Amino acid sequence: MRGVPRIVFTPQLRRFTATPDVTSGAPTLRALLDDAFARNPQLRGYVLDDQGHLRPNVVVFIDGRRSRDRTGLADALAPDSQVHVLQALSGG
Amino acid sequence: MRDDRAWVATRKGLFEMRRRAGADWQVERVSFLAEPVSMVLPPQRDGRMLAALNLGHFGVKVHASDDAGQTWREVATPAYPEQPKDAEGPAWKLMQIWSLEAAAGTVWAGTLPGGLFRSADFGASWQLVDTLWNRAERLEWFGGGYDAPGIHSICPHPADANELLVGVSCGGAWTTRDAGQRWQLTATGMHAEFMPPEQAESPNVQDPHRIVRCAAQPDVFWCQHHNGIWRSTDRAASWQRVQAPLSSFGFAVATHPADADSAWFVPAVKDERRVPVEAALVVNRTRDGGRTFETLRSGLPQQQCYDLVYRHGLDIAADGRSLLMGSTTGNLWATADGGERWQAVSTTLPPIYAVRFG
Repeated sequence: MRGVPRIVFTPQLRRFTATPDVTSGAPTLRALLDDAFARNPQLRGYVLDDQGHLRPNVVVFIDGRRSRDRTGLADALAPDSQVHVLQALSGG
Repeated sequence: MRDDRAWVATRKGLFEMRRRAGADWQVERVSFLAEPVSMVLPPQRDGRMLAALNLGHFGVKVHASDDAGQTWREVATPAYPEQPKDAEGPAWKLMQIWSLEAAAGTVWAGTLPGGLFRSADFGASWQLVDTLWNRAERLEWFGGGYDAPGIHSICPHPADANELLVGVSCGGAWTTRDAGQRWQLTATGMHAEFMPPEQAESPNVQDPHRIVRCAAQPDVFWCQHHNGIWRSTDRAASWQRVQAPLSSFGFAVATHPADADSAWFVPAVKDERRVPVEAALVVNRTRDGGRTFETLRSGLPQQQCYDLVYRHGLDIAADGRSLLMGSTTGNLWATADGGERWQAVSTTLPPIYAVRFG
């Protein structure tokens, strides 16, 4: 069976808002994120800033590789891509 | 405004404090434990209040309560519009909510990087006040304490819903008298020693650390500035310098709600060493408009004390006698007699960003 991209959010976010596990046929990272934000609009502001860029301390891995386009989020997805949205470690 | 309840916004949560008859201040409730709370708007008459969070990874969030802090829900976050490609200055991205005030049905939020937002529905939606944001002078503002400039003081006129003054580090003080349609730079008389001499008097480069307004005499403002203390008695049309004992450097100021001649300051060594003078914490109080000061020490640590009281770390209650003072070291002190005697409420709180009665 042909796969579809899947996005998983860090469990750290569940403290603040719902983090749906989404599978969709989205061709790019931004399209896949938008599918997740459609399920929970509040989630957008946790991952992206006012200008729609990735927040500085949020990292996205696509099939184990860090995403490259932190502002346009135009990274292409394969049909079976696994996308993880994680937080950088910092603070005390 | 209640005199027996106060709110302490800290690096690791929002602490509700209560003072019951015959007892000392005590922690009543902790909300948002472990989250940085940059500012709080105490309950209005109907019990509604706001808290501004600054989550390290996930940005600024605003929460509202309808029951004076018992339960909370997330509401809208002020957001900057799409940044034009040729826009100069700091990125149009919200970094922090630094001030929150409510007046005549409007909530105002002052932010880093320097935008003022308004909400007519208590945080359900916010609008950037673009008449101030689009002023050419804004591009000359610069950071004071942070990388970007910010609005830390919002002083509505208690009887005139059209008038508002905001204080900017570093961008002087700005006043509107038509509900935000037009803005006027109102920092004439302040002096910035951190600027080249020819620019020291420029109103738009001043660093007012904190500006407060007397509720009963709203023509009078007090300003703890980076380079000293200033006072205005003409609705910020002009500012006059005041000299305090020990040091005129500091961040916080409070003024008596009914007596514009009375104000309190927390001096620190200026300005490269931000610690109490001779490692002894004191409060400077004037009761004659700044002509003379008393230095109040009773109950405050007088040895090996390195506490700094930041911009919003000092507040006065409506009774004009009760004050609370919180430090970035996490110590909280209270007085019930205008500062004659202080008492430690807690010595183990997280770093304190803001203290507010109400």
